[in-house]
Amino acid sequence: IGHPEIFPLVFTTKTQEIFNCRVDEDVTEENCFKLIKKEDIVQDLKTRAAISDFHPVKKVVLEYPGEELLVVFDAKFEYGQNFYLVASEEAKENLLKPPETTKEKEEEKEEEDREATLEVHPYKPPVHKPWVSLGSEKEVEEESVKDTVTKIKYMISRVRRKFGAPITFTDKNASHVKDSYVECMSYQDKTFSIKMLEKDVGIQMVPKVREASTQTKWTYPKNAATQYFPRQLSDEEEEECLSSEKLKEFLTSVHLRMEIALQQNEIMNAFFDDWKALAEDESSSGGKPDVYLKAYQLFTDLRYLKDRTISCVCWHPTIYGIIAVSARQWLSYEEQVNLSDKSLLQQSVILFWSFFDPIHPQLMLECPEDIYCFQFSPSDPNIIVGGCISGQVVLWDISQHEEKLQNAKTAADEIKMTAVNMVNASVLNILQYNSMSGPSLMQVQQSSTEPPLVRYCTISSIQYSHKKPVTDIHWLPDYSEENQMGATFGNRAEVCVELVTCSPDCSILFWDIPATKLPEQPSSEKKKEEEIFNMPPDVPDTLKHLDLCWKPLIKINLCESGINTEYGPVRISLRELHYHYKTSEKVQSLNTLEVPAKDSPRTEMSTPSSKNLKALESISTSFFVGTEDGEIVYSKWKMEIGSDSAKPHTQKYTIHTETITTIQRSPFFKDIILSIGGRNFAIWKEGVTNGPILQSSCSAGRYTVGQWSLTRPGVFFVGRDDGNIDIWDLMKKTHEPSHFQDISKSMIAFISPCIASAKQHFLAVSDDLGVLHVLELCQTLSHTLSNEHANVLEYFEREVKYLKHCEQEFQEYQEFQAKTELK
Amino acid sequence: AEVEETLKRIQAHKGVIATMVINAEGIPIRTTLDNSTTVQYAGLLHQLTTKARSTVRDIDPQNDLTFLRIRSKKHEIMIAPDKEYLLIVIQNPCK
Repeated sequence: IGHPEIFPLVFTTKTQEIFNCRVDEDVTEENCFKLIKKEDIVQDLKTRAAISDFHPVKKVVLEYPGEELLVVFDAKFEYGQNFYLVASEEAKENLLKPPETTKEKEEEKEEEDREATLEVHPYKPPVHKPWVSLGSEKEVEEESVKDTVTKIKYMISRVRRKFGAPITFTDKNASHVKDSYVECMSYQDKTFSIKMLEKDVGIQMVPKVREASTQTKWTYPKNAATQYFPRQLSDEEEEECLSSEKLKEFLTSVHLRMEIALQQNEIMNAFFDDWKALAEDESSSGGKPDVYLKAYQLFTDLRYLKDRTISCVCWHPTIYGIIAVSARQWLSYEEQVNLSDKSLLQQSVILFWSFFDPIHPQLMLECPEDIYCFQFSPSDPNIIVGGCISGQVVLWDISQHEEKLQNAKTAADEIKMTAVNMVNASVLNILQYNSMSGPSLMQVQQSSTEPPLVRYCTISSIQYSHKKPVTDIHWLPDYSEENQMGATFGNRAEVCVELVTCSPDCSILFWDIPATKLPEQPSSEKKKEEEIFNMPPDVPDTLKHLDLCWKPLIKINLCESGINTEYGPVRISLRELHYHYKTSEKVQSLNTLEVPAKDSPRTEMSTPSSKNLKALESISTSFFVGTEDGEIVYSKWKMEIGSDSAKPHTQKYTIHTETITTIQRSPFFKDIILSIGGRNFAIWKEGVTNGPILQSSCSAGRYTVGQWSLTRPGVFFVGRDDGNIDIWDLMKKTHEPSHFQDISKSMIAFISPCIASAKQHFLAVSDDLGVLHVLELCQTLSHTLSNEHANVLEYFEREVKYLKHCEQEFQEYQEFQAKTELK
Repeated sequence: AEVEETLKRIQAHKGVIATMVINAEGIPIRTTLDNSTTVQYAGLLHQLTTKARSTVRDIDPQNDLTFLRIRSKKHEIMIAPDKEYLLIVIQNPCK
């Protein structure tokens, strides 16, 4: 319903009858309008009230201004009902009229249009109305253009004739006539020039690089050498420390650990290499190249050693390659007995040989008589003592020639032997270090090419010496008092100043060498200078005062008081004689210290006799003696206060049939002794009184001399009278020698082993013909096997046990015998 | 006196060559060797002990060195360290 004036109505038949708008009778589709008076409608409304069809539009009807209302038949139900009421006049009019007009328009369209429209709308000329202003006058006024200024009128006239007259043109140069033209010249307008104050310019800069170098001397301190000494506590501080509580606590806490560790080491050697030991055993047993003694060198001298037997051979303790031999006349038994009648026809000497010069001896020591035995002093290898056939003891000092001996290598080329310049030599002896200066300083030419002859310094007094030849001589190590005090530590002054000698005249003598004896250069130098003309040259001054009045300290007579037998000791072995020459290295260094240090042990011995007695007391008083008759005597000697002699308690063994030639302690075991005499040898243990641990069977030839090996505990060498050397190895065989070798044609007189270096072990063998053989030991003989020491010790202990067992058995047997006899 | 006794007992063990007591600075207090050897041993072993102790403690700071044994071909050096002192014993362990 878009039309507000249109109200759709439903007309019932009754209504249609009333108002004469019956469908298809009064009102048709074409004639659908019906005008109904308002009064009629109102009447109807009043009569029929609610059932009137106009009831819904009652209000519209009442308000309708006109008189007639238009009702239109809506055949097509445009508005929803079959009739609709038009509520307004205008709409009525429109509906009534326009359909008519449109009808008319269509009809009259072919005819003139204007007339139709004009006919519809009767033209009314516009009625003049008063103009109502709406305010637009103002705008109009503003927009309109008005003259504000009165216009000025000008009248311009010109004479008429000038109008239209012919004109003539002429040319004229513009530049000739002034002001004919106006120029507008250009000028520089300052307002338009801008002074440039800043300008951006690009610049390229290349740095100039130049290489230069200089060399400077930079000295900086660098340590060249530092000398320092260790800090040590002063005595008070030490005392304080020792007594402090902290130290006690420390020791209590620590000593347990230490003892455990020590015990561990004692129990077992944790680092024992079983494989290595096995290898050694392997190499020693089975398939081994044979043991041998390689001949190294041979020394003999036709002049001095002809028809002589070498009685003693000694290696120089410190200098390599120097060996000394003493020779004596070979005497038959009768001649030996009648010794006192014998006069020397030929001078006897001790010869020094060097490895580097096998032809010429290096040094000769003059001997008053034949020397039976001699020894180097262990503390000072320049002191040599020897025992003579006459029973005297002789002493040499070869300190002057030590240089020469040391330089035997370099001097070997020079045949000329040099004698010694006395004063220089004494200086040299102080400076023992620089041995290189030797040969140059000693170039004092001598006409002869003989080795220098050194006269003995001292010889003992005839009265107090032995009556028979001195057969054995040994040095005793010095026991100074320092040992007794436990507080001082340091090296014992191992200066040997005591000797022991024995002789078949049944006595053992102890000698001492007083303090001034050992070379003390400063004082003796002066003396030398004084007496340089009195003394024969080349003889040091030492102990001149003792010459021929040297007395022994103690004399021991070996005779048993009860039985009244006398023993003629030929060899002696004291317990302390066991000293190694290895210590001489230390001793050598002692010698090179300044002199004052040497003074100390000797100043203590200013009163020789009493002090030495004390010193001797500390020596153990047991000894072994081998006698002329083949007895081994084991004895102790006891000092009787006040007297110089001692009475021994003895034990004797008669194993050997002939003179004992050797008694020697083993260098490894202090209580094992080897004794050789006649046709057999025996090994004894000190303290085992039943008999020897080992006794060899009688051999075909006689044993003449024997020596323990220095490196192998179970090996010893025995020389025979047929020139062979037997090598006995206790670990291999005890019934026969493990090896023997023929060395010489004549009887072997002396054997001396030596360890020259770790690789070179020598054995010096001398024989009756005056020849000295130096043999090199092969490695098996020189190399200690592992555990050899222990094995040998075990062996000896086994033997001892066996011996005891035998003894016991024997005793039992005897008892048994006794019992059976009684029965 | 106790000190002496303990040291004597240690020295009396089989194979013992030397005994030394050294203070914390390496200065020997008590020794059975000669001076030069002692001083040499003291200096060297003191340094070695310090080094050994610092090694042990570097690895584990709770740990500390209790004993040091140096076995050489010829003998064995045993060192028992403490805060202020060092006990050194040289023993020849072979039979």
